[in-house]
Amino acid sequence: MTALDQAGAPPRPAPARRDWALPPALRHPGVLFGLAVLALVLVAALAAPWLGTVDPVQLRPRLRLRPPSGAAWFGTDAFGRDVYSRVVYGARVSLMIGFSVAAVAVAVGLAIGLVAGYVRFLDAVVMRVMDGVMAIPSILLAIALVTLSGANLLTVIVAITIPEIPRVARLVRGVVLTVREEPYVEAAIGAGTRLPLLLWRHILPNTIAPLIVQGTYVCASAILTEAILSFLGAGIPTEVPSWGNIMAEGRQAFQLAPWVILFPGLCVAATVLAVNILGDGLRDSLDPRLARRVGSLR
Amino acid sequence: MSTAPVLDIQGLTIPLPRVGDRAHAVEALSLRVAPGEILCVVGESGSGKSVTAHAVMGLLPPILRASGGRILLQGEDVLAAGRARLRALRGSRMAMVFQEPMTALNPVLKVGAQIDEVLEAHADRLNARERRARVLALMRDVHLPDPERMAGAYPHQLSGGQRQRVMIAMALANDPALIIADEPTTALDVTTQAQILKLMRELQARRDAGILFITHDFGVVAEIADRVAVMRYGRLVEEGSAAAVLRNPQDPYTRMLIAAVPDAVPPPPRPRPAPVAPVLATKALEKTYGGGLLGRAGRTVRALDGVTVALQPGETLGIVGESGSGKSTLARCIARFVDPTGGEIRLDGEDIAGLSVRALHPHRRRVQVIFQDPYRSLNPRRRVGPSIVEGPLNYGTPRETAWARARDLMDLVGLDAGALDRFPHEFSGGQRQRIAIARALAMEPDLLIADEAVSALDVSVQAQVLDLLEGVRARLNLAILFITHDLRVAARLCDRIVVMLNGQVVEEGETAAVFANPRHAYTRALFAAAPGAHRAAPAASGAAPALDDVP
Repeated sequence: MTALDQAGAPPRPAPARRDWALPPALRHPGVLFGLAVLALVLVAALAAPWLGTVDPVQLRPRLRLRPPSGAAWFGTDAFGRDVYSRVVYGARVSLMIGFSVAAVAVAVGLAIGLVAGYVRFLDAVVMRVMDGVMAIPSILLAIALVTLSGANLLTVIVAITIPEIPRVARLVRGVVLTVREEPYVEAAIGAGTRLPLLLWRHILPNTIAPLIVQGTYVCASAILTEAILSFLGAGIPTEVPSWGNIMAEGRQAFQLAPWVILFPGLCVAATVLAVNILGDGLRDSLDPRLARRVGSLR
Repeated sequence: MSTAPVLDIQGLTIPLPRVGDRAHAVEALSLRVAPGEILCVVGESGSGKSVTAHAVMGLLPPILRASGGRILLQGEDVLAAGRARLRALRGSRMAMVFQEPMTALNPVLKVGAQIDEVLEAHADRLNARERRARVLALMRDVHLPDPERMAGAYPHQLSGGQRQRVMIAMALANDPALIIADEPTTALDVTTQAQILKLMRELQARRDAGILFITHDFGVVAEIADRVAVMRYGRLVEEGSAAAVLRNPQDPYTRMLIAAVPDAVPPPPRPRPAPVAPVLATKALEKTYGGGLLGRAGRTVRALDGVTVALQPGETLGIVGESGSGKSTLARCIARFVDPTGGEIRLDGEDIAGLSVRALHPHRRRVQVIFQDPYRSLNPRRRVGPSIVEGPLNYGTPRETAWARARDLMDLVGLDAGALDRFPHEFSGGQRQRIAIARALAMEPDLLIADEAVSALDVSVQAQVLDLLEGVRARLNLAILFITHDLRVAARLCDRIVVMLNGQVVEEGETAAVFANPRHAYTRALFAAAPGAHRAAPAASGAAPALDDVP
C-alpha cells in the first residue's frame, strides 16, 4: 500500500467511467492542437474546389516552374500545374490513406489480438504468423504488391496496412492477457457469460484507450509511408495528386524550383506532427497512470 | 525513558491536495520514539499512518507537503533538510522496512550487493573487503542461513520471510537510530510473521534503535509494541503504553478496533441439522502444474494432492493454510476456473471435474465465488446493477425478475437500491464486497466459495462482512467454503476446519475440536504463530518450527 492509497479520499484512483473519453481528454492542450490542425487539413481537403484552386491536373506548359506569386500561391511545377491546387487536393489522398489504414489496421489487429490473447491454443500460432509479417519490410511489400496488381489507391492502402496489423495485434493481445486474469473476468465466467459476450463486454473496453492512441500513430506513419512510396515511384499514379507524388515529381527540378517540394513537405510534416501530438495527448489523458508517471519524472 | 527521543514529531500537518472527504492526510500529529523503544502506530486504511512514515523518511510524493509542524530526528528537523541532507540521513540514521519485500528489493541484483549498496552509499571509510565482511555479519544477525551462499542469491530465489530478513539487514546496515517498519509482516504468512516479529524484538533489544512500527493488526501490536499510538482520519486518537492501551483502551474507536479483532476462540458449536447428502464432495482431487506435452516429469508441481472434502447444506467449511498450501487452487478447481488433473468434484452427487465447457454451463450457477480483492472483482466500467443481473440473464431469467431480485439483494446485503445505478469506484472496499456477495447470491447458488473474501478489508469492516456471510448462510441454507490464511477469522465463522499444507489436507475436524486439541504439528505451529495468540490463545505447546527457510 502506498502513501497515496492511505491518504487519498477515494482508496484508489477512480477508474474510468463508461463516458470516459471526451471531456477530460478534450481539455488536454496536445489533443486540442492535434485536433485543430487535423480539422484544418480535413476541411481544406473536403472544400478543395472552393478554396481558390484550379484543376490540379491541368497542364500549362507555358507556365512551367513559376515561383509562388499572387496567381499561383505555391508556384507551379515542371508541367505548369498549380502546386497550391495539387497540395490541397493531395490532402484528400493523404488523409484518406492515413485514416483508412488506421481504421483497417486497428479493426483487423483488434480481432486477431483478442483471439490470440484469449484462445490459448491459437496464441502461439497466430503470434508467430504476426512475427513473420512484421519481418517483412513494409516498403518492399508495397513495391511488390504495386508491381503485381498495379498502382492504385486500394493497393497502396493494403500494402501499408498489412505490416501495421501485427503491431496492433500485439498491443491488444498484451492487454487481453492482463485483463483476462482480473477477478471480474473470472466472476463473469462464473456467472455463465459465454465467450463472445465475455470478450465484448469485459475485455474489449479495456483495449479501446490504447487502441485509439495506437491508431493515431498508425495514421501518422501511413501518411509518411505513402509519401515515401510515391517518392520511390511505387505509390499513387500522378494523375491523382498526393503529397508524396508531388514531391517525387518535384525532385528533378528541386534546385531550380524548391517550392514544388517545400509546400507538400511542410504539409506532411505538419499533419504527421499534429497526429502524433494528438496521440501523445490522448495517451496522457486516457491513461492517467502513465500521465502521472511521466509527470512525476519532470 | 528519560533519554532524548530519537524521533520527535511535533504538530505535523499534511494537507491533502484536493477537496476529498477531509482536508488533511495528517493533522496536528505529535509522536515520540525513544531509543530502544517500539512504537506501534495503528490505524485502518486512510488513517494517515503511512503518510506519516513517508514524511519522516522525506519520501512523500510531491503533491503532499507538510504545511506545519516539525519532525525532529535526533534533534534535526527532517522537514527543513535539503535533498542532499535527506539522502545522507536516509539509510544511515533512519531506515525503512517496506511491506512487500519482493517489490522493495531490486529483482536483478543479488541481495548481497543490495545490502552492500547501503554500506557503500554511507560508510565510505570501509573498503570492499570490510564491507563484504559487514554484509555477511548483517546477514548472520538477521539469521539468514549460510550467508556466503545467500549473498549471491537473487530476490526471487528466496522465500518471503528471507526477503524480509534481507530488507531488515539493509535497514540495519549503518546502525540507524530510527527504523521505520511499514506493515513489514502484512504480506507474509503467519508462521513467517511470527519469526520476523521475533527477530525485530531481538534486534531492537540488542541495538537500542527506536522503531516506528506501522500496522493495522492489534494482534501484531500485542506481540511487539512497547507503546501504541492509534490514528484515525489523520489524527491521534489514543496513545499510551501497550499494556494500558490493550487492556484498558480509553477511546471508543480504539475499543472498537480491539473488539473487532477476532480472538482465536471459536464460538460454541451451533446446533446443526442431521447430515444429509453433501452439496459438495471432492474425492482425491488433484491438480498438477507443469509436465505438459513434453512430459518433463521432474518439473511438475502438485498444487493439489489427493484432497477429499465434503460440505453439507447450511454448513461453513474453513480451508486454512499458508501461501502455497493449495487452498486457492482448491477453490479455483471447484469453481472450475482451472481444470483439475485428477479426482472427482461432486455437486449433489454429479461429477463435474471432467465436464467440457459446454456441459459445465448449467452447473456453473450452482457454485459462486467471492474474490479477495473487492477492487478488482467488479468490472470498473460497468454499473453495479448490470454486473449483478448479468449472471441471471445468462441463464434466461426474465429481465424484470432479475432486476427485482437485484433490488432485494441490495437490501439483503445492507445497501441502498440506488447503488445499482452507480459505478464500483463510488464504493468503499467493504461496500464492494457486499456488492460481490449480492452478485454471487443473484445466481441462487448452492455453494458459495469465499476466497480470502475479508482479508483485504479493515478489521472493523471485516467483522461486518463476516456477519453478513453468516446471515445469508442461515437465511438461505447455503453451504460456504471459506478459504482463509487467518485462523482467527476461520474460528469466528466456520463449523468445520480443514488445514492444508503442500496441497494435502493435514487436519480436519469441528472447529472447536481442532482449536482445543490440534493433532498435527503444523496446525499447532499455526496456532502458535497467530499474532496476539499469547494474549488469549489455547495452549500451544512448543515453539513454531522453522517453516520459513523453504525457498
